[in-house]
Amino acid sequence: MGRFLLRRIGLALVTLWLLSVIVFVAGEVMPGDVARSILGPTAAPETVAALNEELGTDRSVVVRYADWISGVVRGDLGESYAFRRPVDEMIGQALWNSAKLALLAFVLVVPLGILGGVVAALYEGRAADRAISVGGLSVSAIPEFVWAVAAILVFGIWLDVLPVTAQAPPGAGVLTQIEYLLLPALCLVLVLFGYLARMARAGTVEALDADYTRTAVLKGLPRRTVIRRHVLRNALLPTIAVVATQTGYLIGGLVAIELVFNYPGVGRLLVRAADQKDFPLLEGTVLVIGVVYLLATLVADLAYAYLNPRVRFGGAAA
Amino acid sequence: MSTVDDLAPVVVHDSGRESRRERLRVVLRSKTFLAGAVIVGVWVFCALFGPAIVPHDPYADDILGKLQPPSTEHWFGTDRLGRDVFSRVVVGARDILAVAPLAALLGTVLGTALGLVTGYFRGLTDDVIMRIVDAFLAIPVVVIGLVALTAVGPSRVTVVLVIGIVFTPIIARTVRAAVLAERDLEYVEAARLRNERAPYVLGGEILPNVLGPVLVEFTVRIGYAIFAIATLSFLGFGIQPPAPDWGLQIFENYGLLSAGDWWPTLFPALAIATLVVGVNLIADGLTRAFER
Repeated sequence: MGRFLLRRIGLALVTLWLLSVIVFVAGEVMPGDVARSILGPTAAPETVAALNEELGTDRSVVVRYADWISGVVRGDLGESYAFRRPVDEMIGQALWNSAKLALLAFVLVVPLGILGGVVAALYEGRAADRAISVGGLSVSAIPEFVWAVAAILVFGIWLDVLPVTAQAPPGAGVLTQIEYLLLPALCLVLVLFGYLARMARAGTVEALDADYTRTAVLKGLPRRTVIRRHVLRNALLPTIAVVATQTGYLIGGLVAIELVFNYPGVGRLLVRAADQKDFPLLEGTVLVIGVVYLLATLVADLAYAYLNPRVRFGGAAA
Repeated sequence: MSTVDDLAPVVVHDSGRESRRERLRVVLRSKTFLAGAVIVGVWVFCALFGPAIVPHDPYADDILGKLQPPSTEHWFGTDRLGRDVFSRVVVGARDILAVAPLAALLGTVLGTALGLVTGYFRGLTDDVIMRIVDAFLAIPVVVIGLVALTAVGPSRVTVVLVIGIVFTPIIARTVRAAVLAERDLEYVEAARLRNERAPYVLGGEILPNVLGPVLVEFTVRIGYAIFAIATLSFLGFGIQPPAPDWGLQIFENYGLLSAGDWWPTLFPALAIATLVVGVNLIADGLTRAFER
């Protein structure tokens, strides 16, 4: 377990470093001339040169990367070009807001997805299975912003039962906040449900076919007991492990949803940074998103290893 | 030696063709595949012949006739500039149906090449490339697409390049897994013993045997490309105005929803929904056929 842990954390650090290089290349190298890209093609060359000097983007790429990454390591992501505020401060608040929305979506989708997958597996090949599998897949394939406008139209305007902005008034209690977050969370649930249900279905189908299940059936246990004690326990383990890998899709989905519902999370921050060509803010946000994803998968791997004795006692091979 | 060389490929070929025909039969009998093909077929027809059949010019403004609700004159109403929404939805199939498959194709070609190389050579090349792939996978497609398109400026060409490159590592991972399953089989061993060069072993021997997963991955990726490109257009970083792209139409009009003007948003939204569902039904049918 110790070696597994060290190896896993080491790999995550290497990935993290590569991630910082990718983010830096996308944000600072690909635009070519940063000031030119901010000011547009009609700006005078002197103005461009002056802005490059002010931003420090007239220095060589290597120096800029060294400068940026040494700041990042100390937790300093630099200052936003457009808002003249420290990037980490801006991201911190936005991240907290996004986390609330993401948490609500997960709390709703995990039980629903598992239930859907288990039902589909128990009726494998029949109408219920096809409806859940194909329906879930189709629902997942539709982009979040399409669901978002549909949800606003149906629940916010035609039925007029839920608020169409996600930001609760200041000082609102938890329940009011949840009410405001319900529609955006619903859109995330729709997009995540299909994948989760498919994983839960695959895990359950495999467990239903396993020898231990046949043994349990043959020794005369009631079907209900077999499913609860033998099938579900073994089926849910891999499903819970993949939940965390969905963080990536979840964050991707937050971008469009936060924009539609005008919610001040990392997604809306990212779009604002892109609109303003605010490269430090853009790089910082993407880096933080990457870190959140890597942490989530790391925790999922460790939880899986901890829950699964085959990995726990199998040593570093896993 | 010569007999082995002459006979073996013939046998392999025949059974390959046989199973291919069998798979085609399975695919064509699948209801999900057929339903998907019909939906996508309608949109492809709109993309090809849209400009010739629509009742109005999709680019023509008419400020006096803006935001008219659906009527017999304007089936889907008019948008904030008075443009006919029905015409824009029909012609709008063009952009997404050209850009998304091209992006998926680019990603599939690059990803297949990368997957073949990393899966076959293993060792250090594999380790290094897979770490880079992991780093890429840590950023959601829409997010990295947004950053790259901010940097290079959005246009049809840059959207294809960016989405193609972002998809490359994902496809590489799938192809690599397929190659790992093939590389120790006897036909690869035989080719190696014949002293074939690595490019031939990869392109001539392994590639034909992993084409199934590659094809499935390509169709699945078209669905994701539509998803990603529509989202980027909606965020303002994909297809640019005044194109009648669906994501862009929603971006331009969704602010009017709360005023009760739902038609310029709802119809492009339905168009996106039907197209992605159609593509996914096709992909689902193919996946099932190849998994047998």
